[in-house]
Amino acid sequence: MIDVDKWQEIFTSIRRHKLRTALTAFGVAWGIFMLVALLGMGQGLQNGIEHDFRDDAINSLWIRAGKTSMPYKGLKEGRNIQFDNSDYDLLRDQFPEIDEISGRFYVSGSQTVTYKDKNMSFSTRGVHPGHQTIENSVMLEGRYILDKDLDAFSKVAVIGKIVRDDLFGKEESLGKQINIGGTIYKVVGVFKDSGGDDEMRNIFIPVTTAQKVYSGGTQLHQLMVSGGNLGLREMQVLESKIHNTLARNKNFDPSDERAVRIFNLAEEFQQIMGLMGAIRGLTWLVGIFSILAGVIGISNIMLIIVKDRTKEIGIRKAIGATPGSIVNMIMQESIFITSVAGYIGLLLGIGLIYAASGVESEYFRNPQVNLGMVIIALLVLIITGTLAGLIPAIQAARINPVEAIKSD
Amino acid sequence: MIQLKAIHKSYQTDYNSLHVLKGIDIDIKEGDFVSIMGSSGSGKSTMLNILGILDKYDEGEYFLDGHLIKNLSQKQEAHYRNHLLGFVFQSFNLLAFKTAKENVALPLYYQKVDRKERQELALEYLDQVGLLDWADHYPNQMSGGQQQRVAIARSLISKPKVILADEPTGALDSKTSEDVMNIFKKVNKQGITVLIVTHEDEISRMTNRVIRLRDGIIESS
Ligand SMILES: Nc1ncnc2c1ncn2[C@@H]1O[C@H](COP(=O)(O)OP(=O)(O)OP(=O)(O)O)[C@@H](O)[C@H]1O
Ligand SMILES: [Mg+2]
Repeated sequence: MIDVDKWQEIFTSIRRHKLRTALTAFGVAWGIFMLVALLGMGQGLQNGIEHDFRDDAINSLWIRAGKTSMPYKGLKEGRNIQFDNSDYDLLRDQFPEIDEISGRFYVSGSQTVTYKDKNMSFSTRGVHPGHQTIENSVMLEGRYILDKDLDAFSKVAVIGKIVRDDLFGKEESLGKQINIGGTIYKVVGVFKDSGGDDEMRNIFIPVTTAQKVYSGGTQLHQLMVSGGNLGLREMQVLESKIHNTLARNKNFDPSDERAVRIFNLAEEFQQIMGLMGAIRGLTWLVGIFSILAGVIGISNIMLIIVKDRTKEIGIRKAIGATPGSIVNMIMQESIFITSVAGYIGLLLGIGLIYAASGVESEYFRNPQVNLGMVIIALLVLIITGTLAGLIPAIQAARINPVEAIKSD
Repeated sequence: MIQLKAIHKSYQTDYNSLHVLKGIDIDIKEGDFVSIMGSSGSGKSTMLNILGILDKYDEGEYFLDGHLIKNLSQKQEAHYRNHLLGFVFQSFNLLAFKTAKENVALPLYYQKVDRKERQELALEYLDQVGLLDWADHYPNQMSGGQQQRVAIARSLISKPKVILADEPTGALDSKTSEDVMNIFKKVNKQGITVLIVTHEDEISRMTNRVIRLRDGIIESS
């Protein structure tokens, strides 16, 4: 049921204090606007960073060979470490917790790739089948490199979407022959990768084929493994175990961090997410303080209004108003002003986020306001409105009618 | 209807205490029409405020319609003020931003009477004080006498048993004072007990009983 009288009281009071009400309402609107805008932008930051990580499997270790920095068992420091197939086999056999594993053989320089009359240069890499998961490549058509390709040294190629578009245009690419640096390969698959255009300028061929054709022997330039569902802690353990295993296999000091460098993407991700958490916390803090400032403003205004209305409240009490009804009267006005102002702030905040929702840059992407945020913002509003009205309302209820009526 | 037994009241100021009522005993029957007189500062308003449950007393006992008015919660006080008492002030004390009709209806709002009924009753009571045509006027559009009649209508609308008026004619000329007194007389005829604080003999002469206060003591009654 709508209580006409209550609303009438509220509107009359607001009309009698237009400017003051408008100014404080602005404070609350601004506070909520800030909260929503900051939260939305924070979400944009998070989306951007999560997007950056979409390139690769988050739970992955990227292992690069380097140069020893300590002498070990009579061997001098400054020795180059080079991976080969034995390292791949060793890791694969020794660590059942590894989900996928792949080596990488970079065909040196970028090769001229020819199809019919088109010559272009793309980079070509020899990989294992596990490379697909670790690189987060998604097949658009055809298939990825398979174990049987490795066994048979097949001359097959999986090409990035951009390679396909550039070489083939609208033409069908699967099953076609392309010439990579003088060797003919059959295209068996096309992939896309959310890591960006550069990732889709790559051509993948079986690692064994690459080693053979480009006289690489058993050499591998890089190793990478993914940990499936392993947690951060387990990934860190895996990282150090792999380091030790490689140290044994390659004869370097297990404490030599430069001989083999392992980049733990899970750790990196965790750190950035931790930073995001801190940013989010800060966002809330700033937002809450903005709202608090607005609420203190309203509280202040309501105190002044109560003071202004002292005589009126005294009269109301003399004709039988209960303290409760006086408290209600003040609280409702406060909650009403806070809600309307806050709602406007909320809409403006959502409007801003909506307007910015198309933005995409390296660390910022698609700012969003989700339902949770809106609900929290509304809750904050109602609670703060109540708090803002509480002190003035209690003050009003305490008014002594005799004194109040005497006053002017 | 009203019984005061040995009522004492002091006002505490910063440095001393002012003993204003020094043992007041009064018995007022239902339907009485009483004026309270006394020099300025003798404690008339103080006594009326205690009777109106707007102020507390220090010692003694006050019975209103059989209820002991002592140590009541604010809510109970509000209830008695709302249901048993009607207050009329020298300075009218209408709410400036409400029309005559809205002012008169206000006590019923606190009795949770529904809006339509409130409006009808307000018009009825405005009619009783001869101001039906002024229902939609604001206080500042009315003369002092008219405002006081609106205030009386407001005090009557909750059908109280007692009307308390503190110098209701103090701000009015003698002609309008007489109009206002005639209304009180009419109200009293309906069986409502009326207490009027006044300085004027012409006013007290119209009542049935005069209580004289002097320095916080009843001189005669
Ligand atoms: N709130 C108060 N605090 C302190 N002293 C007060 C207060 N109210 C009244 N007094 C004092 O109490 C005494 C009695 O005051 P009261 O208002 O009852 O007198 P009164 O008989 O109504 O006088 P008047 O005819 O001028 O209205 C006065 O001396 C007054 O100054
Ligand atoms: Mg007085």
